[in-house]
Amino acid sequence: MNMEMPVQRAFSAEEAAMVASDRKAAKVVARGVNVYYGEKHSLKEVSVDIPDRGVMAFIGPSGCGKSTFLRCINRMNDTIPIAKVTGKIEIDGQDIYDPALDVVQLRARVGMVFQKPNPFPKSVFENIAYGPRIHGLARSKSELEEMVVSSLKRAGLFEEVKDRLQDSGTSLSGGQQQRLCIARAIAVEPEIILMDEPCSALDPIATARIEELMEELKQTYTIVIVTHSMQQAARVSQRTAFFHLGSLVEEGPTEVIFNNPRDQRTQDYITGRFG
Amino acid sequence: MTDIAATPPVALRRRFDVTSDSARARVRRRYRAESRFRYYGLIALIFTTIFLVVLIVDIVRKGLPAFTQYSLLLDVAVPADLVPPDKRSDPVAIRSADYFPLLRDALKAAIPGIESRSAERTLTRLLSTGAADRLTSMIVADPSLIGRTVKAPLLLSANADLYFKGAGTPIIMRPGRGIATPSGTTGEITVLTSANDFVDELVSIKNSLAARARELSSEADRLQRFGSATLADRIKELRDEAAAYRARVDQPKVDEELDAKLPSLLVDINGGLVKITKLSDIRITGEVLLPLKSAAEAKSGDWKIVTYTIPESNRKATDQEVAFLERFRELGKVDRQFNWMFFVAGDSREPELAGIRGAIVGSALTLFITLALCLPIGVLAAIYLEEFAAKNRLTDLIEVNINNLAAVPSIVFGLLGLAMFLNFFGLPRSAPLVGGLVLALLVLPTIIIAARAALKAVPPSIKEAALGVGASHQQAVFHHILPLAMPGIMTGTIIGMAHALGETAPLLMIGMVAFIVDVPKSFTDAATVLPVQIYLWSDLPEPAFQYKTAAAIMVLLVFLFVMNGLAIWLRRRFERRW
Repeated sequence: MNMEMPVQRAFSAEEAAMVASDRKAAKVVARGVNVYYGEKHSLKEVSVDIPDRGVMAFIGPSGCGKSTFLRCINRMNDTIPIAKVTGKIEIDGQDIYDPALDVVQLRARVGMVFQKPNPFPKSVFENIAYGPRIHGLARSKSELEEMVVSSLKRAGLFEEVKDRLQDSGTSLSGGQQQRLCIARAIAVEPEIILMDEPCSALDPIATARIEELMEELKQTYTIVIVTHSMQQAARVSQRTAFFHLGSLVEEGPTEVIFNNPRDQRTQDYITGRFG
Repeated sequence: MTDIAATPPVALRRRFDVTSDSARARVRRRYRAESRFRYYGLIALIFTTIFLVVLIVDIVRKGLPAFTQYSLLLDVAVPADLVPPDKRSDPVAIRSADYFPLLRDALKAAIPGIESRSAERTLTRLLSTGAADRLTSMIVADPSLIGRTVKAPLLLSANADLYFKGAGTPIIMRPGRGIATPSGTTGEITVLTSANDFVDELVSIKNSLAARARELSSEADRLQRFGSATLADRIKELRDEAAAYRARVDQPKVDEELDAKLPSLLVDINGGLVKITKLSDIRITGEVLLPLKSAAEAKSGDWKIVTYTIPESNRKATDQEVAFLERFRELGKVDRQFNWMFFVAGDSREPELAGIRGAIVGSALTLFITLALCLPIGVLAAIYLEEFAAKNRLTDLIEVNINNLAAVPSIVFGLLGLAMFLNFFGLPRSAPLVGGLVLALLVLPTIIIAARAALKAVPPSIKEAALGVGASHQQAVFHHILPLAMPGIMTGTIIGMAHALGETAPLLMIGMVAFIVDVPKSFTDAATVLPVQIYLWSDLPEPAFQYKTAAAIMVLLVFLFVMNGLAIWLRRRFERRW
């Protein structure tokens, strides 16, 4: 294991040059991010670049910090009073932990889909209209309706729910609920969509639909997905980052990570020796 | 492989052999303990049910009579000069007219021949002081009734009302065998009979006199045993009294006198009623309660001997009153109606006129103030503490103290209200405003605790969803969390309000215990509330108020059941859907 450390360090040494060259391509740039939950040091010195348009997958065993890091990108950790974040995360070159930045606007730019489908216990229409409404995106009722319909269409849900727009969002099936949540996220026209194990509560057919959807959405959005399923990561992502015990072990193109990882821990995890 | 084959007993032996005696005994013990626990629960449940049923049955049995009211349907001649002709459309003039002579005349017309002043007074006192109210309303509504004879329900007094509700006496009637001859039609008369009709009564009177003598003697013996000199006089008194009774028992053929401790005997003859004061086996002397139509002889079977089995001293209604009321009943003048008065009148010193409207309106005004203060303050405080307040020592302290406040005895809040609202701020005494403020102090902790629990019960995923689409914390709370917590908050609020509705002690402190006749019209009028009204009535000596008390409890219970039912309904109706 000691053998691998210099490899990682070598990357750190090149950091400055790499950042300078990658800045335009990278949507999100994280440098030296640490997260503490009270005394617990949950995320250690994570530095990663997330490229614009495409899917990036975070993999790793439970409790490795991948979700924690995901939640840093839209500052969801702010809602946990004991959480403390240090380091720097930039989106399009703008520091998102800058005190002058409004967190609500940040979350409008960085949408999030959660592990368990969590539609509001309101109608399908209201679920999607809520975001545009609070951000004042629609000037008229018809425009709002149009936004709802187009969001549902982009989330591939419109055909299934077009007659049930006034039914409660919670009356849909699990897979439909998750796509509703995706539609709700894209209704506010974000640039980045964070997905925290979006398929873990779904059956394989619903999972396949979500993956298809991600395939389409990556043309327009930067998608970051946390997943426990390595097959899923291999299927949908272009880049993969492997986290272990709060540290980012390895990050690179998905084929490289899966076929030719540099780090022994990555190798062990991918081949199922632990995790 | 050979190792395993060689040691199967070791591998198969379990540390706990479920077939062993001790294991079986343990299982039996466990079953016994479980069934014992079930029986304890069952017994507790049975006891609770019995107590509850006894309570409810007792209250309903006592309270039901108060929901009906007896009145006399009499023809009242309304004289043309009751009010001056030019004021006939003036309700004030009509209401201030003197109705007493009208009612008296109507009563005397129904039972003709009453001459003595005392009998007349007894007759008029059968009616309530508010007996003319219905008649007055009828005349106000239709002034053309003036100068005509009106059939009007005249409210009976509480005692007369209670007589018909079962506080009277069983009445036994037996036809006379001989030919009876009264000596007159009114006043004190004698009645002679040709047979020894009264011999049975005489015997039973002598028996009860003998019993009374025995009682007195044994009481004297009991006192004698103490041997105290101070009791000597009393003992002598008792012995003398016993001797007098015994002498009366032994005296044959002399008129026996009746007293109030004996069942009342009466003679119903020639359409009148004579109360016996002295009797021998063939002759009675008595006082005419209802005038006789004539002094003619009554044939065998045409007259009756009447017994009111409960002695006069043991009942509320005197013989004269019983005679009048029974006569009205025979005449079909007694009318039983639903007691609307109970719901539309304020408090009164006369039980038959007292109602709970004042208390209900007082309770409504008080609870309105309480709700208007508690709901916004309680819910906002809960939201602040649950969602926004920093978690530090200070908020911990506040939280602990809110929980403590919920356990503070209500009388303490009453004293606080007295000191703060009345003495310091100088708010009016007995006012629903102050009552509402005091009850708000009482209910606030309950609502805050319930609201916090309801807010906490909303899953965090909803809040995350809202934050995830870019809602601010406040938007997430007010758009999503609060609406979802609302059923829980409402349930807590209703239960808190039901608590406030039943609260008495703190309101006593701020003067809501006063006797208030008027129905309050504003938040600063003097008022009382339902539980305090119950408390006030339960303290009054008149038996009629005991019925009113039970009836008011029934009304209060109905309100409480409805409120709690509403809370349960809300909980069921909006029980979670995530």
